[in-house]
Amino acid sequence: MSEIRVHNVWMEYGDQIVLETISLDIASGAFVSVVGPSGCGKSTFLRMILGQERPTRGIITFDGAALPAEPGPDRGVVFQRYSVFPHLNVLQNVLIAFEFAESPFTAKLFGAKRKAASEKAEALLEAVGLGEHAWKYPSALSGGQQQRLAIAQALAKEPKVLLLDEPFGALDPGTRAQMHALIKPLWRERGMTVIMVTHDLKEAFGLGTRLLAFDRPRIDPQAPERYGARIIYDLDLSRDGPVPVLGFSRPIETSTVSQETKRSMPHA
Amino acid sequence: MRRAINIVPGSGTRILLALLPFLLIACLYVVVSAERRAANPGDKLLPPITEMATSMDRLATEPDRRSGDLTLWSDTAASLRRLFIGLGAAAAIGLVLGLALGLLPVASAGLSPLVAVMSMIPPMAILPVLFIVFGLGELSKVVLIVIGIAPFLVRDLAMTVAAIPSEQIVKAQTLGASTWQLMLRVALPQAMPRLMEALRLSLGPAFLFLISAEAIAAESGLGYRIFLVRRYLAMDVILPYVAWITLIAYVLDWLLARIARRGFPWGYVQETRR
Repeated sequence: MSEIRVHNVWMEYGDQIVLETISLDIASGAFVSVVGPSGCGKSTFLRMILGQERPTRGIITFDGAALPAEPGPDRGVVFQRYSVFPHLNVLQNVLIAFEFAESPFTAKLFGAKRKAASEKAEALLEAVGLGEHAWKYPSALSGGQQQRLAIAQALAKEPKVLLLDEPFGALDPGTRAQMHALIKPLWRERGMTVIMVTHDLKEAFGLGTRLLAFDRPRIDPQAPERYGARIIYDLDLSRDGPVPVLGFSRPIETSTVSQETKRSMPHA
Repeated sequence: MRRAINIVPGSGTRILLALLPFLLIACLYVVVSAERRAANPGDKLLPPITEMATSMDRLATEPDRRSGDLTLWSDTAASLRRLFIGLGAAAAIGLVLGLALGLLPVASAGLSPLVAVMSMIPPMAILPVLFIVFGLGELSKVVLIVIGIAPFLVRDLAMTVAAIPSEQIVKAQTLGASTWQLMLRVALPQAMPRLMEALRLSLGPAFLFLISAEAIAAESGLGYRIFLVRRYLAMDVILPYVAWITLIAYVLDWLLARIARRGFPWGYVQETRR
Protein backbone atom coordinates (compact mmCIF):
# COMPACT_ATOMS: atom_id res chain seq x y z
CA MET A 1 0.00 0.00 0.00
CA SER A 2 1.39 3.40 -0.85
CA GLU A 3 -1.44 5.82 -0.59
CA ILE A 4 -0.73 9.54 -0.70
CA ARG A 5 -3.20 11.90 0.94
CA VAL A 6 -2.91 15.62 0.37
CA HIS A 7 -5.10 17.64 2.69
CA ASN A 8 -5.76 21.36 2.13
CA VAL A 9 -2.20 22.14 1.10
CA TRP A 10 -1.01 25.68 0.34
CA MET A 11 2.34 26.65 -1.03
CA GLU A 12 3.48 30.23 -0.70
CA TYR A 13 6.80 31.94 -1.45
CA GLY A 14 6.59 35.17 0.50
CA ASP A 15 3.59 37.06 -0.93
CA GLN A 16 3.34 34.81 -3.95
CA ILE A 17 0.75 32.08 -3.58
CA VAL A 18 1.64 29.19 -5.87
CA LEU A 19 -0.81 26.50 -4.85
CA GLU A 20 -3.98 26.83 -2.79
CA THR A 21 -6.44 24.41 -1.21
CA ILE A 22 -5.01 21.34 -2.87
CA SER A 23 -6.75 18.24 -1.52
CA LEU A 24 -6.65 14.82 -3.05
CA ASP A 25 -6.06 11.15 -2.38
CA ILE A 26 -3.85 9.18 -4.71
CA ALA A 27 -4.57 5.47 -4.59
CA SER A 28 -1.81 2.92 -4.53
CA GLY A 29 -0.74 1.83 -8.01
CA ALA A 30 -2.27 4.79 -9.85
CA PHE A 31 -0.55 6.46 -12.80
CA VAL A 32 -1.33 10.13 -12.30
CA SER A 33 -0.57 12.62 -15.07
CA VAL A 34 -0.29 16.25 -14.00
CA VAL A 35 -0.78 18.92 -16.64
CA GLY A 36 -1.18 22.68 -16.63
CA PRO A 37 0.32 25.87 -18.04
CA SER A 38 3.92 26.83 -17.30
CA GLY A 39 4.50 28.25 -13.84
CA CYS A 40 1.25 26.94 -12.36
CA GLY A 41 2.93 24.90 -9.67
CA LYS A 42 2.93 21.40 -11.18
CA SER A 43 6.59 20.91 -10.42
CA THR A 44 6.17 22.52 -7.01
CA PHE A 45 3.49 19.92 -6.28
CA LEU A 46 5.89 17.17 -7.34
CA ARG A 47 8.69 18.59 -5.19
CA MET A 48 6.36 18.60 -2.18
CA ILE A 49 5.61 14.89 -2.66
CA LEU A 50 9.33 14.34 -3.13
CA GLY A 51 10.04 16.05 0.20
CA GLN A 52 12.30 18.64 -1.41
CA GLU A 53 9.89 21.41 -0.35
CA ARG A 54 7.50 21.64 2.55
CA PRO A 55 3.97 22.98 2.12
CA THR A 56 3.29 26.29 3.85
CA ARG A 57 -0.03 24.99 5.13
CA GLY A 58 -1.80 21.65 5.15
CA ILE A 59 -0.58 18.12 5.52
CA ILE A 60 0.58 15.39 3.21
CA THR A 61 0.51 11.83 4.51
CA PHE A 62 2.19 8.86 2.94
CA ASP A 63 0.82 5.45 3.96
CA GLY A 64 -0.92 7.10 6.86
CA ALA A 65 2.20 8.73 8.33
CA ALA A 66 3.32 12.32 7.80
CA LEU A 67 5.52 12.67 4.74
CA PRO A 68 9.24 12.88 5.64
CA ALA A 69 10.63 16.38 5.14
CA GLU A 70 13.45 15.24 2.88
CA PRO A 71 13.80 13.00 -0.16
CA GLY A 72 14.14 9.32 0.64
CA PRO A 73 14.45 5.92 -1.03
CA ASP A 74 10.70 5.20 -0.92
CA ARG A 75 10.08 7.93 -3.50
CA GLY A 76 12.11 7.61 -6.69
CA VAL A 77 12.47 10.46 -9.15
CA VAL A 78 13.39 11.09 -12.77
CA PHE A 79 14.02 14.71 -13.77
CA GLN A 80 14.04 16.16 -17.25
CA ARG A 81 17.84 16.58 -17.11
CA TYR A 82 20.86 16.03 -14.85
CA SER A 83 19.37 12.94 -13.21
CA VAL A 84 22.38 10.70 -13.79
CA PHE A 85 25.90 11.01 -12.38
CA PRO A 86 28.30 12.12 -15.13
CA HIS A 87 31.37 10.70 -13.36
CA LEU A 88 30.07 7.12 -13.24
CA ASN A 89 29.53 4.79 -16.15
CA VAL A 90 26.13 3.30 -16.87
CA LEU A 91 26.58 0.23 -14.68
CA GLN A 92 28.10 2.20 -11.80
CA ASN A 93 25.22 4.66 -12.00
CA VAL A 94 22.80 1.85 -11.08
CA LEU A 95 25.25 0.00 -8.84
CA ILE A 96 25.66 3.06 -6.62
CA ALA A 97 22.05 2.66 -5.41
CA PHE A 98 22.96 -0.74 -3.93
CA GLU A 99 26.29 0.56 -2.64
CA PHE A 100 24.60 3.35 -0.69
CA ALA A 101 22.40 0.79 1.08
CA GLU A 102 24.96 -1.91 1.80
CA SER A 103 28.14 0.02 2.54
CA PRO A 104 27.39 2.96 4.86
CA PHE A 105 30.97 4.16 5.28
CA THR A 106 32.81 3.75 1.97
CA ALA A 107 29.69 3.49 -0.25
CA LYS A 108 31.70 0.98 -2.32
CA LEU A 109 31.18 -2.75 -2.64
CA PHE A 110 33.88 -5.34 -3.26
CA GLY A 111 34.09 -9.03 -4.03
CA ALA A 112 31.03 -11.24 -3.76
CA LYS A 113 28.72 -8.46 -2.60
CA ARG A 114 29.72 -6.31 -5.56
CA LYS A 115 29.12 -9.21 -7.90
CA ALA A 116 25.64 -9.81 -6.52
CA ALA A 117 24.78 -6.11 -6.76
CA SER A 118 26.24 -5.91 -10.29
CA GLU A 119 23.98 -8.73 -11.38
CA LYS A 120 20.92 -6.92 -10.05
CA ALA A 121 22.08 -3.71 -11.74
CA GLU A 122 22.66 -5.49 -15.04
CA ALA A 123 19.18 -7.01 -14.88
CA LEU A 124 17.74 -3.50 -14.44
CA LEU A 125 19.78 -2.16 -17.36
CA GLU A 126 18.54 -5.07 -19.43
CA ALA A 127 14.96 -4.18 -18.47
CA VAL A 128 15.33 -0.63 -19.76
CA GLY A 129 17.25 -1.73 -22.86
CA LEU A 130 20.70 -0.45 -21.90
CA GLY A 131 22.34 -3.85 -21.45
CA GLU A 132 24.97 -3.32 -24.13
CA HIS A 133 25.93 0.18 -23.03
CA ALA A 134 26.98 -0.75 -19.47
CA TRP A 135 30.54 0.58 -19.83
CA LYS A 136 29.74 3.93 -21.43
CA TYR A 137 29.75 7.22 -19.58
CA PRO A 138 26.43 9.15 -19.65
CA SER A 139 27.96 11.81 -21.90
CA ALA A 140 28.27 9.15 -24.62
CA LEU A 141 24.54 8.31 -24.40
CA SER A 142 21.70 9.92 -26.31
CA GLY A 143 19.03 11.89 -24.45
CA GLY A 144 16.63 8.94 -24.51
CA GLN A 145 19.29 6.54 -23.25
CA GLN A 146 20.15 8.91 -20.40
CA GLN A 147 16.49 8.93 -19.34
CA ARG A 148 16.40 5.13 -19.55
CA LEU A 149 19.40 5.09 -17.24
CA ALA A 150 17.70 7.52 -14.85
CA ILE A 151 14.66 5.22 -14.76
CA ALA A 152 16.84 2.14 -14.12
CA GLN A 153 18.53 4.02 -11.24
CA ALA A 154 15.20 4.95 -9.71
CA LEU A 155 13.89 1.38 -10.02
CA ALA A 156 16.92 0.00 -8.16
CA LYS A 157 15.47 1.11 -4.82
CA GLU A 158 12.09 -0.42 -5.73
CA PRO A 159 10.31 2.79 -4.73
CA LYS A 160 6.65 2.73 -3.80
CA VAL A 161 6.18 5.99 -5.65
CA LEU A 162 7.95 7.09 -8.83
CA LEU A 163 7.90 10.81 -9.55
CA LEU A 164 8.57 11.93 -13.11
CA ASP A 165 9.19 15.64 -13.75
CA GLU A 166 8.73 16.14 -17.49
CA PRO A 167 10.91 13.09 -18.04
CA PHE A 168 10.46 12.95 -21.81
CA GLY A 169 10.13 16.69 -22.47
CA ALA A 170 13.56 17.04 -24.06
CA LEU A 171 13.26 14.01 -26.33
CA ASP A 172 12.32 13.82 -29.99
CA PRO A 173 8.87 12.36 -30.78
CA GLY A 174 10.18 8.97 -31.90
CA THR A 175 12.27 8.45 -28.79
CA ARG A 176 9.40 9.71 -26.68
CA ALA A 177 7.12 7.01 -28.10
CA GLN A 178 9.76 4.40 -27.25
CA MET A 179 9.96 5.72 -23.70
CA HIS A 180 6.17 5.50 -23.37
CA ALA A 181 6.36 1.89 -24.47
CA LEU A 182 9.01 1.33 -21.81
CA ILE A 183 7.46 3.04 -18.82
CA LYS A 184 3.96 1.62 -19.01
CA PRO A 185 4.87 -2.08 -18.63
CA LEU A 186 7.42 -1.20 -15.91
CA TRP A 187 4.68 0.57 -13.95
CA ARG A 188 2.27 -2.38 -14.43
CA GLU A 189 4.79 -5.04 -13.42
CA ARG A 190 6.08 -3.27 -10.34
CA GLY A 191 2.79 -1.95 -9.01
CA MET A 192 4.28 1.45 -8.16
CA THR A 193 2.34 4.66 -7.91
CA VAL A 194 3.54 7.00 -10.65
CA ILE A 195 3.06 10.76 -10.68
CA MET A 196 4.16 12.33 -13.93
CA VAL A 197 4.29 16.05 -14.66
CA THR A 198 4.12 16.73 -18.38
CA HIS A 199 3.40 19.39 -20.97
CA ASP A 200 2.34 16.84 -23.53
CA LEU A 201 -1.43 16.28 -23.36
CA LYS A 202 -1.30 13.22 -25.57
CA GLU A 203 1.27 11.70 -23.24
CA ALA A 204 -0.81 12.65 -20.19
CA PHE A 205 -3.94 10.98 -21.54
CA GLY A 206 -2.14 8.07 -23.15
CA LEU A 207 -0.19 6.93 -20.09
CA GLY A 208 -2.22 8.00 -17.10
CA THR A 209 -5.04 6.30 -15.25
CA ARG A 210 -5.89 9.64 -13.74
CA LEU A 211 -5.28 13.17 -14.94
CA LEU A 212 -4.92 16.27 -12.80
CA ALA A 213 -5.03 19.67 -14.46
CA PHE A 214 -3.60 22.58 -12.45
CA ASP A 215 -4.50 26.17 -13.24
CA ARG A 216 -5.31 29.46 -11.57
CA PRO A 217 -9.07 29.87 -11.72
CA ARG A 218 -9.03 33.41 -10.31
CA ILE A 219 -6.69 36.21 -11.26
CA ASP A 220 -6.69 39.62 -9.60
CA PRO A 221 -5.21 42.02 -12.20
CA GLN A 222 -3.96 44.36 -9.45
CA ALA A 223 -2.29 41.58 -7.47
CA PRO A 224 -1.77 38.58 -9.71
CA GLU A 225 0.31 36.84 -7.07
CA ARG A 226 -2.53 36.66 -4.53
CA TYR A 227 -4.34 33.69 -6.05
CA GLY A 228 -2.63 30.37 -6.54
CA ALA A 229 -3.33 27.39 -8.75
CA ARG A 230 -5.86 24.71 -7.88
CA ILE A 231 -6.75 21.38 -9.35
CA ILE A 232 -9.36 22.36 -11.94
CA TYR A 233 -9.86 18.95 -13.56
CA ASP A 234 -9.46 15.55 -11.97
CA LEU A 235 -10.28 12.93 -14.59
CA ASP A 236 -10.48 9.20 -14.15
CA LEU A 237 -8.88 7.70 -17.26
CA SER A 238 -8.97 4.06 -16.26
CA ARG A 239 -10.60 1.64 -18.65
CA ASP A 240 -13.92 1.55 -16.83
CA GLY A 241 -13.82 5.19 -15.82
CA PRO A 242 -16.52 7.64 -16.91
CA VAL A 243 -14.27 9.81 -19.06
CA PRO A 244 -14.09 8.87 -22.72
CA VAL A 245 -10.45 8.73 -23.73
CA LEU A 246 -10.68 10.12 -27.21
CA GLY A 247 -8.70 7.39 -28.89
CA PHE A 248 -5.49 8.88 -27.59
CA SER A 249 -4.26 5.84 -25.78
CA ARG A 250 -5.09 3.34 -28.49
CA PRO A 251 -2.24 2.62 -30.84
CA ILE A 252 -2.78 4.05 -34.29
CA GLU A 253 -2.63 1.29 -36.89
CA THR A 254 0.16 1.72 -39.34
CA SER A 255 -1.22 2.75 -42.70
CA THR A 256 -0.21 1.14 -45.95
CA VAL A 257 1.74 2.93 -48.62
CA SER A 258 -1.33 3.36 -50.84
CA GLN A 259 -3.35 4.89 -48.00
CA GLU A 260 -0.51 7.24 -47.22
CA THR A 261 -0.19 8.29 -50.86
CA LYS A 262 -3.93 8.85 -51.12
CA ARG A 263 -3.88 11.11 -48.09
CA SER A 264 -0.96 13.27 -49.13
CA MET A 265 -1.86 13.42 -52.84
CA PRO A 266 -5.67 13.11 -53.12
CA HIS A 267 -5.76 13.88 -56.86
CA ALA A 268 -3.03 11.53 -57.94
CA MET B 1 42.64 35.35 -50.58
CA ARG B 2 41.15 33.50 -47.61
CA ARG B 3 40.34 35.39 -44.44
CA ALA B 4 43.05 35.23 -41.79
CA ILE B 5 40.67 33.58 -39.32
CA ASN B 6 40.31 30.59 -41.67
CA ILE B 7 44.00 29.87 -42.13
CA VAL B 8 44.74 26.93 -39.83
CA PRO B 9 48.34 25.69 -39.54
CA GLY B 10 49.09 21.97 -39.94
CA SER B 11 50.76 20.04 -37.14
CA GLY B 12 54.30 20.49 -38.56
CA THR B 13 53.85 24.20 -39.10
CA ARG B 14 52.35 24.46 -35.63
CA ILE B 15 55.52 23.08 -33.99
CA LEU B 16 57.68 25.33 -36.14
CA LEU B 17 55.60 28.38 -35.26
CA ALA B 18 55.79 27.47 -31.56
CA LEU B 19 59.59 27.13 -31.65
CA LEU B 20 60.13 30.30 -33.65
CA PRO B 21 59.69 32.88 -30.85
CA PHE B 22 61.98 30.87 -28.55
CA LEU B 23 64.68 30.70 -31.21
CA LEU B 24 64.32 34.43 -31.90
CA ILE B 25 64.78 35.30 -28.22
CA ALA B 26 67.80 32.99 -27.98
CA CYS B 27 69.38 34.55 -31.10
CA LEU B 28 68.71 38.04 -29.79
CA TYR B 29 70.37 37.14 -26.48
CA VAL B 30 73.45 35.66 -28.15
CA VAL B 31 73.91 38.71 -30.38
CA VAL B 32 73.41 41.30 -27.62
CA SER B 33 75.58 39.38 -25.15
CA ALA B 34 78.42 39.13 -27.72
CA GLU B 35 78.18 42.85 -28.45
CA ARG B 36 78.37 43.77 -24.75
CA ARG B 37 81.38 41.47 -24.32
CA ALA B 38 83.08 43.12 -27.29
CA ALA B 39 82.57 46.58 -25.77
CA ASN B 40 83.56 45.52 -22.23
CA PRO B 41 85.35 42.16 -21.63
CA GLY B 42 84.46 42.34 -17.91
CA ASP B 43 80.68 42.65 -18.52
CA LYS B 44 78.62 40.54 -16.09
CA LEU B 45 75.07 41.44 -17.07
CA LEU B 46 74.55 39.20 -20.11
CA PRO B 47 77.09 36.35 -19.91
CA PRO B 48 77.54 34.21 -23.03
CA ILE B 49 75.78 30.85 -23.11
CA THR B 50 79.06 28.94 -22.85
CA GLU B 51 79.83 30.70 -19.55
CA MET B 52 76.39 29.84 -18.20
CA ALA B 53 76.88 26.20 -19.28
CA THR B 54 80.22 26.01 -17.44
CA SER B 55 78.73 27.47 -14.24
CA MET B 56 75.78 25.11 -14.37
CA ASP B 57 78.04 22.16 -15.09
CA ARG B 58 80.06 23.09 -12.03
CA LEU B 59 76.94 23.43 -9.84
CA ALA B 60 75.42 20.21 -11.14
CA THR B 61 78.46 17.89 -11.06
CA GLU B 62 81.11 19.22 -8.62
CA PRO B 63 80.44 18.81 -4.88
CA ASP B 64 80.23 22.06 -2.97
CA ARG B 65 83.49 22.70 -1.09
CA ARG B 66 81.75 23.50 2.17
CA SER B 67 78.82 21.10 2.32
CA GLY B 68 79.94 18.44 -0.14
CA ASP B 69 76.52 18.44 -1.91
CA LEU B 70 75.90 18.82 -5.61
CA THR B 71 74.46 22.32 -5.34
CA LEU B 72 71.90 22.32 -8.18
CA TRP B 73 70.36 19.00 -7.17
CA SER B 74 70.29 19.68 -3.43
CA ASP B 75 68.71 23.10 -4.12
CA THR B 76 66.12 21.52 -6.42
CA ALA B 77 65.32 18.74 -3.93
CA ALA B 78 64.91 21.18 -1.04
CA SER B 79 62.65 23.50 -3.04
CA LEU B 80 60.51 20.73 -4.51
CA ARG B 81 60.05 19.14 -1.10
CA ARG B 82 58.69 22.42 0.28
CA LEU B 83 56.56 22.96 -2.80
CA PHE B 84 55.01 19.47 -2.79
CA ILE B 85 54.26 19.47 0.94
CA GLY B 86 52.72 22.92 0.61
CA LEU B 87 50.64 22.04 -2.45
CA GLY B 88 49.56 18.74 -0.89
CA ALA B 89 48.47 20.34 2.37
CA ALA B 90 46.67 23.14 0.52
CA ALA B 91 44.90 20.61 -1.72
CA ALA B 92 43.78 18.58 1.30
CA ILE B 93 42.46 21.67 3.08
CA GLY B 94 40.83 22.86 -0.14
CA LEU B 95 39.05 19.55 -0.67
CA VAL B 96 37.81 19.09 2.89
CA LEU B 97 36.63 22.66 3.39
CA GLY B 98 35.44 23.03 -0.22
CA LEU B 99 33.23 19.94 0.07
CA ALA B 100 31.89 21.04 3.44
CA LEU B 101 31.17 24.61 2.34
CA GLY B 102 29.72 23.52 -1.00
CA LEU B 103 27.37 20.88 0.40
CA LEU B 104 26.45 21.85 3.95
CA PRO B 105 24.44 25.07 4.29
CA VAL B 106 25.35 25.33 7.98
CA ALA B 107 29.08 25.06 7.29
CA SER B 108 28.75 27.57 4.48
CA ALA B 109 26.85 30.04 6.66
CA GLY B 110 29.43 29.71 9.41
CA LEU B 111 32.67 29.64 7.47
CA SER B 112 32.21 31.25 4.05
CA PRO B 113 32.59 34.86 5.26
CA LEU B 114 35.67 33.86 7.28
CA VAL B 115 37.28 32.20 4.26
CA ALA B 116 36.40 35.19 2.09
CA VAL B 117 38.11 37.57 4.55
CA MET B 118 41.10 35.27 5.12
CA SER B 119 41.71 34.97 1.40
CA MET B 120 42.21 38.74 1.24
CA ILE B 121 45.10 38.73 3.74
CA PRO B 122 48.26 39.32 1.71
CA PRO B 123 50.35 36.23 2.57
CA MET B 124 53.66 38.11 2.24
CA ALA B 125 52.50 40.59 4.86
CA ILE B 126 52.24 37.87 7.48
CA LEU B 127 55.52 36.18 6.51
CA PRO B 128 57.28 37.82 9.49
CA VAL B 129 54.56 36.42 11.75
CA LEU B 130 55.17 32.95 10.29
CA PHE B 131 58.92 33.27 10.87
CA ILE B 132 58.27 34.32 14.47
CA VAL B 133 55.70 31.60 15.15
CA PHE B 134 57.11 28.68 13.18
CA GLY B 135 60.80 29.60 13.24
CA LEU B 136 63.13 29.95 10.29
CA GLY B 137 63.02 26.23 9.41
CA GLU B 138 61.09 24.33 6.78
CA LEU B 139 57.70 24.73 8.45
CA SER B 140 57.35 28.48 7.95
CA LYS B 141 58.05 28.17 4.19
CA VAL B 142 55.51 25.39 3.76
CA VAL B 143 52.95 27.29 5.82
CA LEU B 144 53.44 30.37 3.63
CA ILE B 145 52.60 28.33 0.52
CA VAL B 146 49.57 26.81 2.23
CA ILE B 147 48.29 30.19 3.45
CA GLY B 148 48.90 31.63 0.02
CA ILE B 149 46.92 29.16 -2.05
CA ALA B 150 44.56 27.25 0.26
CA PRO B 151 41.91 30.03 0.45
CA PHE B 152 41.74 30.15 -3.35
CA LEU B 153 41.38 26.37 -3.53
CA VAL B 154 38.69 26.35 -0.82
CA ARG B 155 36.60 28.99 -2.53
CA ASP B 156 37.04 27.52 -5.98
CA LEU B 157 36.10 23.99 -4.88
CA ALA B 158 33.18 25.21 -2.75
CA MET B 159 31.83 26.98 -5.83
CA THR B 160 32.35 23.88 -7.99
CA VAL B 161 30.57 21.64 -5.49
CA ALA B 162 27.74 24.14 -5.04
CA ALA B 163 27.31 24.18 -8.83
CA ILE B 164 26.53 20.46 -9.00
CA PRO B 165 22.91 20.40 -10.28
CA SER B 166 20.45 20.04 -7.40
CA GLU B 167 18.77 17.28 -9.43
CA GLN B 168 21.80 15.08 -8.79
CA ILE B 169 21.80 15.82 -5.07
CA VAL B 170 18.08 15.02 -4.80
CA LYS B 171 18.51 11.91 -6.94
CA ALA B 172 21.27 10.63 -4.66
CA GLN B 173 18.98 11.12 -1.65
CA THR B 174 16.20 9.16 -3.33
CA LEU B 175 18.78 6.41 -3.86
CA GLY B 176 19.27 6.35 -0.11
CA ALA B 177 22.56 8.27 0.20
CA SER B 178 23.52 9.77 3.56
CA THR B 179 25.28 13.15 3.69
CA TRP B 180 28.62 11.42 4.06
CA GLN B 181 27.99 9.02 1.17
CA LEU B 182 26.80 11.89 -0.99
CA MET B 183 29.98 13.81 -0.24
CA LEU B 184 32.18 10.81 -0.93
CA ARG B 185 30.57 9.36 -4.05
CA VAL B 186 28.83 12.31 -5.72
CA ALA B 187 30.58 15.56 -4.74
CA LEU B 188 34.21 14.46 -4.24
CA PRO B 189 34.70 12.82 -7.64
CA GLN B 190 33.07 15.73 -9.42
CA ALA B 191 35.35 18.17 -7.56
CA MET B 192 38.54 16.32 -8.57
CA PRO B 193 38.96 17.63 -12.14
CA ARG B 194 38.46 21.18 -10.87
CA LEU B 195 40.98 20.55 -8.07
CA MET B 196 43.58 19.58 -10.67
CA GLU B 197 42.82 22.70 -12.72
CA ALA B 198 42.97 24.89 -9.62
CA LEU B 199 46.30 23.33 -8.62
CA ARG B 200 47.66 24.10 -12.09
CA LEU B 201 46.60 27.71 -11.68
CA SER B 202 48.14 27.75 -8.19
CA LEU B 203 51.57 26.61 -9.38
CA GLY B 204 52.61 30.17 -10.21
CA PRO B 205 51.62 31.65 -6.83
CA ALA B 206 53.09 28.59 -5.04
CA PHE B 207 56.49 29.20 -6.64
CA LEU B 208 56.19 32.91 -5.88
CA PHE B 209 55.69 32.23 -2.17
CA LEU B 210 58.34 29.52 -2.12
CA ILE B 211 61.04 31.69 -3.63
CA SER B 212 60.09 34.69 -1.51
CA ALA B 213 60.38 32.64 1.67
CA GLU B 214 63.68 31.11 0.55
CA ALA B 215 65.07 34.51 -0.41
CA ILE B 216 64.50 35.83 3.08
CA ALA B 217 65.61 32.94 5.26
CA ALA B 218 66.93 29.58 4.08
CA GLU B 219 70.05 27.47 3.84
CA SER B 220 69.28 25.79 0.55
CA GLY B 221 66.78 26.01 -2.25
CA LEU B 222 66.51 27.49 -5.71
CA GLY B 223 65.34 30.87 -4.46
CA TYR B 224 68.03 30.91 -1.78
CA ARG B 225 70.76 30.31 -4.39
CA ILE B 226 69.53 33.04 -6.71
CA PHE B 227 69.43 35.62 -3.94
CA LEU B 228 72.81 34.43 -2.60
CA VAL B 229 74.75 34.82 -5.84
CA ARG B 230 72.99 38.12 -6.59
CA ARG B 231 75.64 39.70 -4.36
CA TYR B 232 78.31 38.76 -6.90
CA LEU B 233 76.24 39.83 -9.88
CA ALA B 234 76.52 36.16 -10.95
CA MET B 235 74.12 36.33 -13.86
CA ASP B 236 75.72 33.13 -15.22
CA VAL B 237 74.02 31.31 -12.29
CA ILE B 238 70.87 33.38 -11.91
CA LEU B 239 69.66 33.12 -15.50
CA PRO B 240 70.05 29.32 -15.79
CA TYR B 241 68.40 28.92 -12.38
CA VAL B 242 65.42 30.98 -13.55
CA ALA B 243 65.20 28.86 -16.69
CA TRP B 244 65.41 25.69 -14.56
CA ILE B 245 62.59 26.87 -12.25
CA THR B 246 60.47 27.76 -15.26
CA LEU B 247 61.08 24.34 -16.78
CA ILE B 248 60.12 22.59 -13.52
CA ALA B 249 56.92 24.64 -13.24
CA TYR B 250 56.04 23.96 -16.88
CA VAL B 251 56.58 20.20 -16.50
CA LEU B 252 54.51 20.12 -13.28
CA ASP B 253 51.69 21.95 -15.05
CA TRP B 254 51.83 19.50 -17.94
CA LEU B 255 51.91 16.51 -15.57
CA LEU B 256 48.86 17.75 -13.64
CA ALA B 257 46.98 18.22 -16.90
CA ARG B 258 47.89 14.69 -18.02
CA ILE B 259 46.96 13.12 -14.67
CA ALA B 260 43.61 14.92 -14.68
CA ARG B 261 42.75 13.72 -18.19
CA ARG B 262 43.85 10.16 -17.40
CA GLY B 263 42.14 9.96 -14.04
CA PHE B 264 38.91 11.76 -14.82
CA PRO B 265 38.19 11.29 -18.54
CA TRP B 266 34.49 12.04 -18.02
CA GLY B 267 35.38 15.59 -16.94
CA TYR B 268 36.92 16.42 -20.30
CA VAL B 269 34.31 15.10 -22.71
CA GLN B 270 33.52 18.51 -24.18
CA GLU B 271 37.22 19.03 -24.85
CA THR B 272 37.79 15.85 -26.84
CA ARG B 273 34.77 16.53 -29.01
CA ARG B 274 36.02 19.94 -29.98
